[in-house]
Amino acid sequence: MTTTQPPSQLPGFEVEPGSLNPLADARLAVELDTGDMILNMGPQHPATHGTLRLVVRLDGERVIAADPVIGYMHRGYEKLTEFRTYPQITTLINRIDWLSSFANEVPFIHAAEQLMGIEAPQRAQHIRTLLTELSRIATIYLFLGEMGLQVGALTPAFWGFRDREHVLNLIEGATGGRFHPNFNRIGGVKDDLPWGWIVECRAAMKRILDGCDDFEDVLVGNEIFQARTRGVGIIPAELGAAYGVSGANLRASGVDWDLRRDGKPYLSYNELDFKVWTHQDGDSFARYWVRLQETRESVRMVLQLLDGLASGPVMAKVPRIIKVPAGEVWVETENPLGQMGYYVVSKGAIGPFRVKIRSASFSNVSILPWLLRGLYVPDVVTVLGSLYFILGDIDR
Amino acid sequence: MSDDVVAVETAEADIPDPVVGVLAARLGEALGDGILAWEDSFGTLVIRVKPDSWAPAAEFAKGELECDYLSFISGIDWQPVTRPDGQEGSDLSAPVQPTEMTFGVTGSAGRFQVFGHVQSTSRHWGVTIKSDVDETDPRIASWVAIYPGADWHERECWEMYGIVFDGHPSLRNLYLPGGFEGHPLRKDFPLLAREVKPWPGLVDVEPMPGVVDAEGGE
Repeated sequence: MTTTQPPSQLPGFEVEPGSLNPLADARLAVELDTGDMILNMGPQHPATHGTLRLVVRLDGERVIAADPVIGYMHRGYEKLTEFRTYPQITTLINRIDWLSSFANEVPFIHAAEQLMGIEAPQRAQHIRTLLTELSRIATIYLFLGEMGLQVGALTPAFWGFRDREHVLNLIEGATGGRFHPNFNRIGGVKDDLPWGWIVECRAAMKRILDGCDDFEDVLVGNEIFQARTRGVGIIPAELGAAYGVSGANLRASGVDWDLRRDGKPYLSYNELDFKVWTHQDGDSFARYWVRLQETRESVRMVLQLLDGLASGPVMAKVPRIIKVPAGEVWVETENPLGQMGYYVVSKGAIGPFRVKIRSASFSNVSILPWLLRGLYVPDVVTVLGSLYFILGDIDR
Repeated sequence: MSDDVVAVETAEADIPDPVVGVLAARLGEALGDGILAWEDSFGTLVIRVKPDSWAPAAEFAKGELECDYLSFISGIDWQPVTRPDGQEGSDLSAPVQPTEMTFGVTGSAGRFQVFGHVQSTSRHWGVTIKSDVDETDPRIASWVAIYPGADWHERECWEMYGIVFDGHPSLRNLYLPGGFEGHPLRKDFPLLAREVKPWPGLVDVEPMPGVVDAEGGE
């Protein structure tokens, strides 16, 4: 079965693209007595990493329509940002994608800095880049383990949690917070790195690289893992882009696009030597493989940064009361889960007028109704796992 | 206390980025007088089109400008927050409590606007397209036929701002429960927590007694 054409055009999938209302479809099924079944996955299903509910209409074991129901964790951050000052907002946006909180802060702080015309000192940029890459490793490393869990391999999940802890310890050592560092300030970072941190960091990176090799041995080379993931949940490149799928999910479909390299220059990525990995297959296996290589690439970046860490201050001169001049700015960064962006509208005061938060998982998951059609139920779990979303990143 | 903001360097910002200029020119050729204004906002083209040109602009961006990637679609409500008691500091987003609407980059004809950002994964450029929406009957064409990913973004915008997207296959609630009344992101929708208790964080910005801010420009 080729998946480059929409499933609605394949034989046996005569489902109107618009008729995804499960209740209406269910009534139709009763009248025609075709025996479809509605399966309700979630909101507490282990494969959904939070409170995503998936209403799946099944014909036997095969999905003929899927409708994700989100909003169980909607906290209304876009509204709340309008009632807070700029420095207070970083506390909120830490909680969007809670596995890589530091990376969430960066684009927002960058937006405020651009509007104010402030540039953080080079050492602050290096520390930010370091911590962004560390949070990328922490986020993706967990995925590398959990993906094994989705296909029934329990051991890698424990490895994922165990070795991620080394990275979280580093983040905690530098910022004071394991998950929610709130370390970025407009104009720099809160503190310099602590004594001995760099040595610890090198040791942890060694562990992460070894762990990546283990994952490669145990999962990537595993026949069962390949059988479960190869050819499952193929995202065609053009359709993925039109849905707004980003990050490793899109790169696994062969789109050579990484905002660290291709976007407007941010942080210190233009000083670093790194490779953007892509895979042509676009299936669950490709998404796993690309993330595995990206973790190694992140480790390389961290080691380069440790070697060439600039000296100097970590804060630029900023006024005590942060007032951001009127203007609008769109800042996007490559976060562990994909493109994260903030469209900040300022009217020249201590708080923003409007902040549109563009989070990666929201768009990544929006392709699910298309992607899940025609798959078997066990593959739904694999696809959900391989897309790798965080519910806080969907609901915001 | 001089809490003056640091002035943005405008000498270079006045000259549009060459890519932005080319993109604007090509959109201008295609849409003619459908374009009301455009601006280079920190290296990103922001273009405001007439409501009729909202969908054609996206179609042109996807077809001719190779903007194959949909980043987001959302709305904006330009009405300032007004509190019945006129309490000071109720709107943190304005230096003084505003009495009338002021608009951002490329302006607006009224209270509501929709804006979306599309970009190219191969050419690495992007366009923010804005369009005005009528206040009494907020509706605009849907992008779902052009970018299938617009589905959820438009559902979100519909429930948060009450803007109807004509041609959307199923405008139903995305985040909010079914019977929810009101449109939360509209500026006249109160944030009840702030009504009950004014934001206490404002005291934090007072300088600590006896501390001289050496480098803060105070």
